[in-house]
Amino acid sequence: MSTATLEPSSLPLPLEEPKETYLNASRGVMSWLLTKDHKRIALLYLITVTVMFFIGGVAITIVRLNLMTPRGGLVEPDTYNKLFTAHGVIMVFFFLVPVVPTVLGNFCLPLMIGAKDLAFPRINLASWYLFVLGAAWTLFAVLAGGVDTGWTFYTPYSSKSSHYNVIPTMIGVVISGFSSIFTGLNFIVTTHKLRAPGLYWWRLPLFVWTIYATSFIFLLAVPVLAMALILVILERWLHIGVFDPAYGGDPLLFQHLFWFYSHPAVYIMILPGMGIISEVIPCFARKPLFGYTAVALSSFGIATLSFIVWAHHMFVAGISIYAAMIFSILSYMVAVPSAIKVFNWTATLYKGCISFEAPMLFSLGFVALFTAGGLTGLFLASLGMDMHVHDTYFVIAHFHFIMVGGMVMGYMAGLHYWWPKISGRMYSDWWSKMAALIIFVGFFLTFLPQFLLGYAGMPRRYHRYPEEYHVWNVMSSAGASILAVGYALPLFYFLYSLKYGPRAEPNPWHATGLEWQTSSPPPKDNFAETPVVVRGPYEYEAEKAQNEP
Amino acid sequence: MFADNIIWFPQEASTTARDVDIFLYFLISVCGSVGLLVAFLLIYFSIRYRRRPGHLPLPSVRTNVPLELFWTLTPVGIFMVFFVWGATIYFGAYRAPDDATVIYGQGKQWMWKFQHPEGQREINELHVPIGRPIKVLLTSEDVIHSFFVPDFRVHMDVLPDRYTSTWFQPTVAGTYHLFCSQYCGTNHAGMVGTVYVLKPADYQEWLNSHSEGSLALEGRKVFLKYRCISCHSADEHARAPVLENLYGSRVRLNNAESVIADEGYIRESILYPGAKIVAGWQNLMPSFKGQVSEEEIIELIAFIKALGRGQTPPRVESYPPPVTTPPINPTKEKP
Repeated sequence: MSTATLEPSSLPLPLEEPKETYLNASRGVMSWLLTKDHKRIALLYLITVTVMFFIGGVAITIVRLNLMTPRGGLVEPDTYNKLFTAHGVIMVFFFLVPVVPTVLGNFCLPLMIGAKDLAFPRINLASWYLFVLGAAWTLFAVLAGGVDTGWTFYTPYSSKSSHYNVIPTMIGVVISGFSSIFTGLNFIVTTHKLRAPGLYWWRLPLFVWTIYATSFIFLLAVPVLAMALILVILERWLHIGVFDPAYGGDPLLFQHLFWFYSHPAVYIMILPGMGIISEVIPCFARKPLFGYTAVALSSFGIATLSFIVWAHHMFVAGISIYAAMIFSILSYMVAVPSAIKVFNWTATLYKGCISFEAPMLFSLGFVALFTAGGLTGLFLASLGMDMHVHDTYFVIAHFHFIMVGGMVMGYMAGLHYWWPKISGRMYSDWWSKMAALIIFVGFFLTFLPQFLLGYAGMPRRYHRYPEEYHVWNVMSSAGASILAVGYALPLFYFLYSLKYGPRAEPNPWHATGLEWQTSSPPPKDNFAETPVVVRGPYEYEAEKAQNEP
Repeated sequence: MFADNIIWFPQEASTTARDVDIFLYFLISVCGSVGLLVAFLLIYFSIRYRRRPGHLPLPSVRTNVPLELFWTLTPVGIFMVFFVWGATIYFGAYRAPDDATVIYGQGKQWMWKFQHPEGQREINELHVPIGRPIKVLLTSEDVIHSFFVPDFRVHMDVLPDRYTSTWFQPTVAGTYHLFCSQYCGTNHAGMVGTVYVLKPADYQEWLNSHSEGSLALEGRKVFLKYRCISCHSADEHARAPVLENLYGSRVRLNNAESVIADEGYIRESILYPGAKIVAGWQNLMPSFKGQVSEEEIIELIAFIKALGRGQTPPRVESYPPPVTTPPINPTKEKP
């Protein structure tokens, strides 16, 4: 890391650092810990979620190593159960759900609408503290004793059978939920009240649309999760009998409440990713996004329908046959807006002028993996097929295609796209392209075998398994090792770029968004003077016409 | 070499398995075609419209309403086909044929217990004949489990304090994995049983060599042991309704509703007698919750199912009613 590969002299035009940026506006640890600047808070979140991501990653690495042999002799069964629970809890509640809204949303939303900051800067800082408190609490619960319920916390196992730290883990998750509610509230008010002059609703960039839709899900769904978890806590502690049939409760009630949050949560994860893709593809194809209105409306279609599909997680849980039918149809309906987005992204490439820097590679990877994940979701939405593959590795593979293949690829695309704006530096072009390629290949190798495993019948959450599933498990673990390398790479070249990367221009990708019309990194108040918007978000052809009279 | 043991596909060992697999091929062909089309377009556009010297983006349409409608409505149509086909299979797997043999299954951390109608009991093993529909009536003693036999494409969660059921008709003799697929704690991965599908003659031989007296007969003993007979006698004017020919009939309740007397209803009436009271009767019965085991409930149900007209055992007065039974209410209405 100490030897610089980029000679300053080899750069075409060494740019000078902007005089005043949000990074050097004030100094000292306290200036960061008490900052009200949305950009600094975004960086605080970036560090927090990155730490959580790698802790969750270590947990699953041990799980995959354990599954290298059918006997699964590497760790004790209880340890194994705690590891996959730690992986699920950390990755879902402390990485996938918060990552794009709190890091990229926090950083970009005010910039993209031409505002100085979010509507409530203090609430923004408070939400970070709540998040850290929740994360620390959960980490402590997971490391000191652990919890073995799976991230789904199904009752009555969680409410009476498990012997581990169920209550502390849930308290941590509930605390971090309040952080999400604060963030959602902040984003909604900001989008309504702080748009620059001329930035009408139909001129909003799609990333703003999706963050806005996601914020509504935060506000409406997270309270239900908090309520469900608090009921489990009370049940464990005081035996109030909401979920325990011995006291007249119903264990299925928990599944209804839990999925009422957790299915919309899937869309909390994927919607902002879709927003990022809708920014990156037009920029690198030099084309306006095809079907802007359809893509914007489909985000709201997804957000609305996501609330009424929850029981598709329960087709074989003992719900009535009529409920199963209704939820199956609704699950197919929620797939339609997703399909619309995929077709529009593809159509945007048509007659474009496409270049393939890292953000674009990650975005194309997103479209491919998300499409594969979405199509396999159609298998699971079908009652007859779900009857067989429910709770097998088929489900694991499906939701990792969406949440890791889709969502993490989208996050990577966004991070690479806005990194020059965030840091004021360019990262290594070659290494970032390699990372995109390695993650894409590693992902397929990890999760394709799991579809086969699942159809062959291997149930999830097994620390040992019959011999015939051995080969696919070995292949999956081998793929995961490639994936791990892919995820570690950006850590190195991003950190390297901070010190040795060439300085970034204000608009290195020649993009049209407002966030590119200020210096890189932006000044503390974002814009020297409030920008005035005169056209839609993706006017790449108009820009060309202006530049080449 | 471990690769000899590779599994590509589970066996098709039940009538449902065939249906699910054909549906799978259909889904793979349709979804695979769409996936390949998207992949092809991504790659083709990426190459055809790559940035190169002298190439500028061509002016193009920004949106096209007929095209948007086409790729909105076409998926809706295709999805409806998926839905109807999948729901048809699910319907078929949901309701067992009337002549199905009923086997009672219990899940507990971390084992499976089964009881056959002829009284045979097994642990982590399940013997069934080829070619007969088998209905498995399931309940759990602790947390939620799930009954999953991949080679039959059959899957049903097993809930505490409730009956759920699934059914299958084996088509190929052999041994098959029975998995618990709903996470249930430390040894979840060890809650694995084996289903032995036998030819009818072998099955009969197995039954004979393991006969222990039928479930209904065991249930009769339980019925007498708990002195149910003190009230539920053949006498219509006794303290409680007659149970002859009860199973499967429609029972009118005192709140003007009615229920079909199935396994779940009988179980509930034993454990929570006040939950559903038969029209014209009062709730005199004490709860047997905590006294009667899951096995005994299953035996009682089997007994009541088999109880035809005139088959109630004679009341033996030397068995007094349970001490918790309230005195007979003289104002009781006669139905």
